[in-house]
Amino acid sequence: MSAFFAMGGYAAYIWPAYGISLGGLTVATLLCWRFYARARARLAALEKGTP
Amino acid sequence: MLRYANPKRFMDLSGAALPWLCGATALLFGIGLYLGFTAPPDYQQGDTVRMMFIHVPAAWVGMMAYGVLAFSAAIGIIYRHPLADAAAKTAAPLGALFTALALITGSLWGKPMWGTWWVWDGRLTSFLILFLVYLGYIALWNAIEDETRAARATAILALVGAVNLPIIEFSVRWWTTLHQSSSFLRSGGPAIAPVFLWPLFAMALAYTLLFYTLWVVRIRTEILERRTRTLMMGLS
Repeated sequence: MSAFFAMGGYAAYIWPAYGISLGGLTVATLLCWRFYARARARLAALEKGTP
Repeated sequence: MLRYANPKRFMDLSGAALPWLCGATALLFGIGLYLGFTAPPDYQQGDTVRMMFIHVPAAWVGMMAYGVLAFSAAIGIIYRHPLADAAAKTAAPLGALFTALALITGSLWGKPMWGTWWVWDGRLTSFLILFLVYLGYIALWNAIEDETRAARATAILALVGAVNLPIIEFSVRWWTTLHQSSSFLRSGGPAIAPVFLWPLFAMALAYTLLFYTLWVVRIRTEILERRTRTLMMGLS
């Protein structure tokens, strides 16, 4: 297992690359869904209040 | 195509497609990561070959997103279609993200392989310019208050910026560079062993599907926000 994490001596480059990539994509995904949910709720509230 | 591009139809169609897009993206990421981490080290690059499975897809999607943006901008200019403007506007931040990830992972791959984080050669510089064009496009959208004028101005910038795409693609042939030429899309077929080709293929599909999933969500958000603004203007 430690050999896997050592990545042949290149762990200092490989793990940050994967961390930044997957972290960045995860944050982007969460933000997209959050903005979408907020826009949907705002429009629903407005339509509810509109006669 | 434009017949299906009115906001109501888009909301209906994309609403039905979204769960499938999310499922396929998650599945492909799972397969790609599994294949990528169980592949053997390369005989020359060692374990750093695993960087290819995240760097190359990010670069592909960064360029593809700009192609999508420029195409949408062109449709917006020609047909004055509001959904095309929304499609172009919402593709930009996503394209910028994938381009930034390609630049960062490329730098992290370059240090152990080339001995340097960065060189001002044709491929790296033209890719950095792509990132700056994305930022310029986003800044221009935010700088112009009137949406119609903003859409026209940014569409022109998007079309001018599209000149950079062939420069990125052919930069490794035109100029002396540390960056290798394409090992995948080339005459005679890919020059990569299948054990590396499959994880690359799975991750490329995963990145592509993730881009389209997030793009659809962002277009839906933009449509809802425009509807909200219209309602609020009617109320005031």
